[in-house]
Amino acid sequence: MTLTLIAILVVSLIALIFGALLGYASIRFKVESDPLVEQIDQILPQTQCGQCGYPGCRPYAEAIANGDEINKCPPGGEATIKDLAALMGVDAKPLDAAHGVEDVKKVAFIREDECIGCTKCIQACPVDAILGAAKQMHTVIIDECTGCDLCVDPCPVDCIDMIPLNDSSEAWQWDFKRVSVGDIQIKQVS
Amino acid sequence: MFADYDHIMERLALQQLWDFPGGVHPQQNKTKSNQTEIQRIALPDLIHIPVKQHIGVNGDIIVKVGELVAKGQPLTASESAFAVPVHASTSGKVIAIGDHVAAHPSGISELTISIEVDGLDTAYEFKPLSDYTKRTKNEIIEAICQAGISGMGGAGFPTHLKSNNVKPIEFLIINGIECEPYITSDDRLMREHAWQIRQGIDILYHLLQPKQVIVAVENNKPEAFNTLSIACQQQDNYQVVSVPTKYPAGGEKQLIQVLSSREVPADGLPVDVGCLMYNVGTCYAIADAVIEGKPLIERVVTITGDAVETPQNVWARIGTPVKHLLTHANYDSDKQAYPRIIMGGPMMGFTLSSVQVPVVKITNCILVPANKELPTLEDERACIRCSACADACPASLLPQQLFWHSKAKEYEQAQEYNLFDCIECGACAYVCPSEIPLVHYYRKAKADIRLQQVEKEKAEKARIRFEARKARLQKDKDAREEKHRLAAQARAQTMTNDGGAAKDKIAAALARAKAKKAAMAKQNNEQISAVSEETYVERAKERPSANTEISKSAALPTDSDAQDIDALKVNAEPNSSADDAANAKKAKVAAAIARAKAKKAQQAKQAKENKASDE
Repeated sequence: MTLTLIAILVVSLIALIFGALLGYASIRFKVESDPLVEQIDQILPQTQCGQCGYPGCRPYAEAIANGDEINKCPPGGEATIKDLAALMGVDAKPLDAAHGVEDVKKVAFIREDECIGCTKCIQACPVDAILGAAKQMHTVIIDECTGCDLCVDPCPVDCIDMIPLNDSSEAWQWDFKRVSVGDIQIKQVS
Repeated sequence: MFADYDHIMERLALQQLWDFPGGVHPQQNKTKSNQTEIQRIALPDLIHIPVKQHIGVNGDIIVKVGELVAKGQPLTASESAFAVPVHASTSGKVIAIGDHVAAHPSGISELTISIEVDGLDTAYEFKPLSDYTKRTKNEIIEAICQAGISGMGGAGFPTHLKSNNVKPIEFLIINGIECEPYITSDDRLMREHAWQIRQGIDILYHLLQPKQVIVAVENNKPEAFNTLSIACQQQDNYQVVSVPTKYPAGGEKQLIQVLSSREVPADGLPVDVGCLMYNVGTCYAIADAVIEGKPLIERVVTITGDAVETPQNVWARIGTPVKHLLTHANYDSDKQAYPRIIMGGPMMGFTLSSVQVPVVKITNCILVPANKELPTLEDERACIRCSACADACPASLLPQQLFWHSKAKEYEQAQEYNLFDCIECGACAYVCPSEIPLVHYYRKAKADIRLQQVEKEKAEKARIRFEARKARLQKDKDAREEKHRLAAQARAQTMTNDGGAAKDKIAAALARAKAKKAAMAKQNNEQISAVSEETYVERAKERPSANTEISKSAALPTDSDAQDIDALKVNAEPNSSADDAANAKKAKVAAAIARAKAKKAQQAKQAKENKASDE
């Protein structure tokens, strides 16, 4: 009889200890938000352009986490699709042309003498990359511009151009097909 | 741990060195160009000085188009520690500041200052540091920085940054290896200017206070070894060491390994193993900068290859177009099936896209090979997994694995195989039987990875800005809504809770207004009634006494007067009790009439008085 009692006691004690342990762990190691969304958001290029049909990169990340297609991000292009495919464990597929095509990197440029200072582009810019005030000339901070295109449409005087970024020798990709043509054809050495 | 100082010193004394893994022995071809002295050449008509010729950031341009500049005049200036100025390498007029083809494998144009040479070569005022041994470390480093010196061995790292070292140094290593085939610029410089190199070493010794200076010269340059040995013989702790010829013994990490058996960690610097290394050309430039105050405006350039008739070394001003050098060395275009000009050596150099490319601070050689002199990498074949590249790699990497992963753009795996430890020496490509341009793949992979990193950082920045903006807009919206809500609440509250009070207030305000009007009306009425009362009183007095003249005169009012006063009294009486505005207005009108009548009455009275007094 006492043996049975001891057994019951021991088992219930163990259950209690583990219960407490699990309870503690669930509080101590609590994960606030869905880590998958964070991970997807990290991969997306953060242009916030909305070409995927969602208002920004994070909403699209949430949509992907909920099973949306991974090929709706033209600024990210193939590299992003590849990364997303690896993360989600699905096959990489070509970019969905309905959402746009992969293009060279561009930045917005305001033709400053045509700008009337309406502030419409400032309101449209998702990353606060446009500087200016009402009735004052506006300008784009090139380093902050993600090239999302969103400022072009609101401009009432069409003074915003999307200009491809200049190739610099530092960002050059050792692509001998994409070099400026000099008077000698470049051949690689070594 | 690595070999300790005493052990290394013992071995050095016995001329016993270590070795680095791999390496190759390409044909030297150095005697083509090292037989004659370094030539002074005629100035070119135009020089093109790129604003950035080092690793770091460029300075701000401080000259204008059309400005006359003197030899050695600074063209850029900056407060940034990572900026090194560039100087006009001869006197002339600035004719353009703009894009010009850069000394870079891409042939991309970069910001360049073009100067039309006037041929006078008038010098800018140089400010030497007199007796540097009494100067502070900062003064010397500032002088080195202002002279525009960046590592002249090839990397172009700003020398003042390297020299501003606080960690203890055991070995100051002076690199006179020049292991790449064809190049002899350092060789000639050591032979002809060993004394000035020694002065440069003295300055560095004073700055860095190392325990030992090792001057390393490859054993294929016995003349240079001898001259440097003579130049350094007075200094006890300077040792000139002859290093066995093997490519790439001149690599920083490889040379440290050869001299001290110490290995620089993958993500570390030579200073982590107690060493610091300078090229002999840099030492020469430091001596120029400190002792003469002369900035880095020229350097020794080897012009060589079978396609030039007179291979040689020349003192080339920074910014001299390559075409000028080739003309000087009698370039023979017939010897080349197609133009092929290499800047740098055959192992690590790059072909130029234009003969207008300027000589920059890191340009040590212009190589123009004749047909068949150098292999052309046009018939790349499949990798046969022979592993010859792994045997040749001086960094003990696995080039074939790096190749697979780089070609497949599997950059993570490539990084696992330590892609970034590759020094791009080209030994693997040199030994490859399939003629695969291996280094090209590594460079591409490295550039891609760096770009991805930059883009990732940019994306992160954009995300932070986007979220900050979202938060700000939300905050504004919330603040606005809160304001509206509070205002509405306040309104509602005044209507409900404090409703009575508010109504009372309004009522009170109305009452005040009425009372005011009433008071005004009263006042008028009082005036009127006062007038009428007076009359009554007078009349009343008149009747019983009627003695005095005044009372007499007053006692005889006309009938019309009395009637008027009666009418007034009738009118005034209801006015005084009435409250409403209409009545007040009427009262006012009535009061005005009453006043007018009273006046008339008085006038009449006076007239009568006058009459009476006349009588």
